[in-house]
Amino acid sequence: MEATSIGAGGPGRRPRLEAPSRRWGERAIQGLLALCAVLSVVTTTAIVISLVGPTIGFFQDVSLGEFFSTEWFPTFEPPQFGVLDIVAGTVNVTLWGMLFAIPIGLAAAIYLSEYASPRVRKVIKPILEILAGIPTVAIGFFAASFVIPIVQDVWPGGFLGGAEKPFFALAAGLGIGLMIVPIIASISEDAMSAVPRGLREGAYAMGATKAKVALRVVFPAALSGIVASIVLGVSRALGETMIVVLAAGSTPNFTLNPVESIQAITSFIATTATGDIAQGSVTYESVFAAGTVLFVMTLAMNMISIRLVRRYREVYE
Amino acid sequence: MEAYRPPTERTRFAVAGARANVAAVLGSQPRGDVIRNNVFAGLLGLAVLIALAGLAALLAQAVVEGAPALGTNLITEPPSTIDTANAGFRPALIGSLMMIAFVIVLIVPLGVGAAIYLEEYADNTRWWNRLIELNIQNLAAVPSIIYGILGLGFIVRGPLDLGFILLAGAITLALLVLPVVIIASREAIRAVPPSIREGSLALGATRWQTTRRQVLPAAIPGVATGVILAVSRAIGETAPLLLVGATVFVTFDPTPLGANGYSALPVQIFQYATRPQEEFQTMAAAGIVLMLVVLLAMNSGAIWLRNRYEQKW
Repeated sequence: MEATSIGAGGPGRRPRLEAPSRRWGERAIQGLLALCAVLSVVTTTAIVISLVGPTIGFFQDVSLGEFFSTEWFPTFEPPQFGVLDIVAGTVNVTLWGMLFAIPIGLAAAIYLSEYASPRVRKVIKPILEILAGIPTVAIGFFAASFVIPIVQDVWPGGFLGGAEKPFFALAAGLGIGLMIVPIIASISEDAMSAVPRGLREGAYAMGATKAKVALRVVFPAALSGIVASIVLGVSRALGETMIVVLAAGSTPNFTLNPVESIQAITSFIATTATGDIAQGSVTYESVFAAGTVLFVMTLAMNMISIRLVRRYREVYE
Repeated sequence: MEAYRPPTERTRFAVAGARANVAAVLGSQPRGDVIRNNVFAGLLGLAVLIALAGLAALLAQAVVEGAPALGTNLITEPPSTIDTANAGFRPALIGSLMMIAFVIVLIVPLGVGAAIYLEEYADNTRWWNRLIELNIQNLAAVPSIIYGILGLGFIVRGPLDLGFILLAGAITLALLVLPVVIIASREAIRAVPPSIREGSLALGATRWQTTRRQVLPAAIPGVATGVILAVSRAIGETAPLLLVGATVFVTFDPTPLGANGYSALPVQIFQYATRPQEEFQTMAAAGIVLMLVVLLAMNSGAIWLRNRYEQKW
């Protein structure tokens, strides 16, 4: 619209450059395209509605006090709805996953951004992309059939009760860590690469070693992007389903012990909602209540991460 | 060394002085710093190696454990709990491919349309356009199982009320990967230089004619790459399908609207993997190999497309 009105300055003297018609077709197309974009807002609204409706129904039967306590047995008679059990399960696997993924992911990012030659980068980056593209059901199978026996072999005796359980949180945590490493590595590397060369060169001119430049100059300068990558990684870990279902067991357990069998929010939803549960029953509604808790947790993480990424983009680009 | 003679004594003196100066500065790096630097570099390399070893172990384990079951029966035979020696993934593979077809039909117009709107039409200073943008970033990070809840509450039951059919699964997956397509397409469209648009507009083309005939053709490789990335994510997604009715052992070929149930490759793998018996574990591993082969084929296609049609401006 701007393009057509610019030429329409002088009346009479110059030829009119305005479109001869109102261009209804153009407007219709713009409307259709806008509709496609608005669909994303509709999706979010639909997610919120499909979560909130049954959740309200759930809280008519279960008090908030009971919900925010331990003991989660929705299918027992009488059922118990203490959501903190499965929240702890989610936090448990996320914690061990991040303990693995943060050092490995950040080290890979520093290596790729500061140390690797262009040739090495060209090999390693696509491999990390492949790792990012492995379906989580494959990682879950790997965690259950490869990681668990290895952890059981190397676990020091009866430490923390011993790694006797057939499935436990640490295995799922390591699987999730493997899944998160490429996310942290690629976003952090982006942030580090965006740090201006001048900062590095200044430090080198002062006689700093490469490690000092990486750790004391580039790392702090890229900190908001690095934190954003970690927060996004946490958000992914919280919402991961298949790895937890396959490797962490299905026992609601209010613990952060890595060798205990646990149940996460996601694995509760995945195992309960597939069964033949009656629509409208409290058990059915508990799936949505758990989903709401998960949605709120990940939403908070995503908003923090989006805000942080925006900040480092503003500073250096 | 004989051939090189500094022109004068004076120059030689100056060079020696400069060299000594540099050596004094660099050479005075404390020994500890130098050692720490090397240790640090070694640790970084070790970390990268651990990540790569994890991937290698995952692939090797799937191939080794699945080896006894690898063969053409994987794609020609239905799954079975009795005759596991000849069991395969036929209905699951067909289900996955059908869903992928629907997903592509849904995400290409919707995703590209939204991307064109946001890049070519939307006024970024308006709050609603910024809201749409923020919303898409957010949707990209919503856990997949939440999309399963959306599918269960909104598509299978509720407003759309399609029932537990393959189409419901496809719509759920399409919504799940739509943000990926939108984000990738926006980047591809943004990479087309403004001079192309300005040239077209200056010749009297309308905005849509410019977009349709200049911007879109130039952005197609990037868009196609984004679509393939999204589709490969959709192929591997399991959790949402569990909620919208992809069921255990479907031994017949599924149809889009058939109410008898359907399956998908990752769901079938999951169902095998949850059974502790050795033969089912083997089938799960073989299924993973099959799925990775499908993904590899698609991603090679994406890379080929990118290299074949990529334009440098």
